[in-house]
Amino acid sequence: MSRGGKTRMAKIALAGNPNVGKTVIFNELTGSRQHVGNWPGVTVEKKSGKYAYRGIEIEVIDLPGTYSLSPYSIDEKVARDYIVEEKPDAVVNIVDASNIERNLYLTVQLLEAGANVVVALNMMDEAESKGMKIDIGRLSDILKVPVVPMVAVKGKGIGEMKDAIYEEITRHKEHRHMAIGYGKDVEKAIVSLEEDVERCPTLRKYRKRWVAIKLLEEDREVIGKVKDAGCVHIVKKAENIKKELGKKLDDDLETYFADKRYEFVDDALSIVLVKGKRVWTFSDMLDKVLTHKIFGIPIFLAMMWAAFQFTFAVAVPFMDAIDIFFQWLGEVSIPALNSIWITDPAIHSLVSEGIIGGLGSVLIFLPNIFLLFFVLSLMEDSGYLSRAAFVMDRAMYKIGLQGKSFVPMLLGFGCNVPAIMATRTIEDRRDRLITILVNPLMSCSARLPVYILFAGAFFVGIEGSVIFSMYFMGILLAIVMAVLLRRFLFRGKPSPLIMEMPPYRMPTLKSSAIHMWEKGSMFLKKAGTIIFLGVVIIWFLSTYPGGPGSDIETSYVATIGHLVQPIFAPLGWDWKAAIALIFGFIAKEIVVGAYGTFYGISNADEESATLRGELHNTFTPVSAYAFMAFVLIYVPCLATIGTIKSETGSWKWTLFAVAYMVSLAYMVALVITTVGHLLGFA
Amino acid sequence: MTRLSHVKPGKKARIVHMGVKGPAGRRYREMGMVRGEIIRVIRVAPLGDPIEIELKGYHLSLRKEEAELIIVKVIG
Repeated sequence: MSRGGKTRMAKIALAGNPNVGKTVIFNELTGSRQHVGNWPGVTVEKKSGKYAYRGIEIEVIDLPGTYSLSPYSIDEKVARDYIVEEKPDAVVNIVDASNIERNLYLTVQLLEAGANVVVALNMMDEAESKGMKIDIGRLSDILKVPVVPMVAVKGKGIGEMKDAIYEEITRHKEHRHMAIGYGKDVEKAIVSLEEDVERCPTLRKYRKRWVAIKLLEEDREVIGKVKDAGCVHIVKKAENIKKELGKKLDDDLETYFADKRYEFVDDALSIVLVKGKRVWTFSDMLDKVLTHKIFGIPIFLAMMWAAFQFTFAVAVPFMDAIDIFFQWLGEVSIPALNSIWITDPAIHSLVSEGIIGGLGSVLIFLPNIFLLFFVLSLMEDSGYLSRAAFVMDRAMYKIGLQGKSFVPMLLGFGCNVPAIMATRTIEDRRDRLITILVNPLMSCSARLPVYILFAGAFFVGIEGSVIFSMYFMGILLAIVMAVLLRRFLFRGKPSPLIMEMPPYRMPTLKSSAIHMWEKGSMFLKKAGTIIFLGVVIIWFLSTYPGGPGSDIETSYVATIGHLVQPIFAPLGWDWKAAIALIFGFIAKEIVVGAYGTFYGISNADEESATLRGELHNTFTPVSAYAFMAFVLIYVPCLATIGTIKSETGSWKWTLFAVAYMVSLAYMVALVITTVGHLLGFA
Repeated sequence: MTRLSHVKPGKKARIVHMGVKGPAGRRYREMGMVRGEIIRVIRVAPLGDPIEIELKGYHLSLRKEEAELIIVKVIG
């Protein structure tokens, strides 16, 4: 614990398996004093918060949910690095009491790493309803750490937890001697390695027993740390010891350690736990229905449909409000600027048309984004998300993806931004990247106005089928691209499925609302810069060199439009189409507005008969259909690009996504045009 | 002895050999799939894969591809 001025400060971390109520405890401890960001260099969410207790200012870090401390995924690597490198004053290990056996595996690893553990034995009510009885005192004696029983969703045990944390961070740090015995031969090896570790100065910050065990477990990260410390000889020695031990034990060492840890847990539980009879729970009953052989998939699709209906029904009034707000803001901004002596028309135009207008056209989708996050959070917290993955895994596996890719793909029909952010549940980086890269092909709601405009103008009577064909084409292309990406860029199979199916739990409004707020504001923060830059650039290109008020046909955009028009000539599009597509980079619905501007039709929307009539001057049914397909496929919007950047953490993949989508769009449009003409359509 | 992928839903079995190697094998073991562990097959997904099993009082799903490598003895 550090002493900074008058207030004493302490750092604690929350660690635990996924689905153990970690977030609830975090919220209960910190209240509203939270900060959400990313861990440096990776797209793993970092949540921190603060609370004061008996004169100590305590910073709480919510580590990602992990099953173990051997880094299988980035989440686990982040959690472990924090624990062994930052050495928080206390690690609150949240354990699901109703699933204590598997949960204690992590506890054992935390203790082995030398963390100052306080166990929060959460969900005691569920354990009791399963008929389990846990002797808390004896568990605490065996683990040699405090154990606090809790029912966090009902607020039970929070006060006791704060006390226990306080005791832990003010405790004189003597050594705790909880150690699992790994048997005579292995213990001898551990002790011998410990001596070497002790002599390697830069390794002193780690618990030597932990380093020794990790070396024997062939943990690549730890081996790296030891090598970096300039003590390669220890690694060599560990390798030799491993070979010898391998002959003595009839198992490989990794298996051996895992077995022994579980043996320890089993032994401990045989003392402290009275197991209940296996009871038929409500959760089992729900699963009978929700993952049913025949009804499972229809129920899943029906639920998703209902979720979408809900999202859009609720979003519409908010979207209208945002629309009105930005229009109003645009109008009042000029007098406001005048009143502070800024009269330059260029700045007026930049602020009211460029920034306010541009941001308005992107932010109008915020209600959708927030609500989709809300729905996603309900699915996650209720436990249904893993059932959806379970039910759809087979189909997704066939196209080189996995069950957890399905929900993000589906969310893409609403908005690609939350959809791409939802891929964080996919642990494997390659699986996740493919899911992100093909996601924009799912036709989001912003593309619909363009379809409606063109289908209404050129395909009277079959609008529905034509619009449906766009959605279908998107799905088809996503499948093709997933297969191709797997075949050429991410060779190999999707990662093995190792997915917990947590019991169904009632999601709480509070935690879903917090989740929605965090994700939504994270999107704004992360993608905001790129969106802002994008709208300013587009404003500049469409306003200059003529300056504010000049005709758009004299602007840089028009120049670019004329310049690139030859590329689009084979598709039968004029320079206006080229410009509309450039504007479409910001957001797809702007394509409609852009056409309104070209033809001088004020307030043109997708239903406008005048606008539809004008389109007949430059499009034929074939070139219109090709245009719709192009709009479907090329980059959804700036916000999506920003999200791809922040979620992949890589410009390379972001540019790749843009490049492949634009070229795919062009190729598909070209095929449509060629085939259309060959079939004798105009 | 048989492979986990062949065990019918509703049946219990004891793990005899964990044949999954590499990081995934490590992860399965950490999730409690260790030798001697008794598991119960709960169900097969609607499309025939993956399967859901119960062990250590919780539920886990895995694909038949991996279940194929896990040797078990059916015990009832």
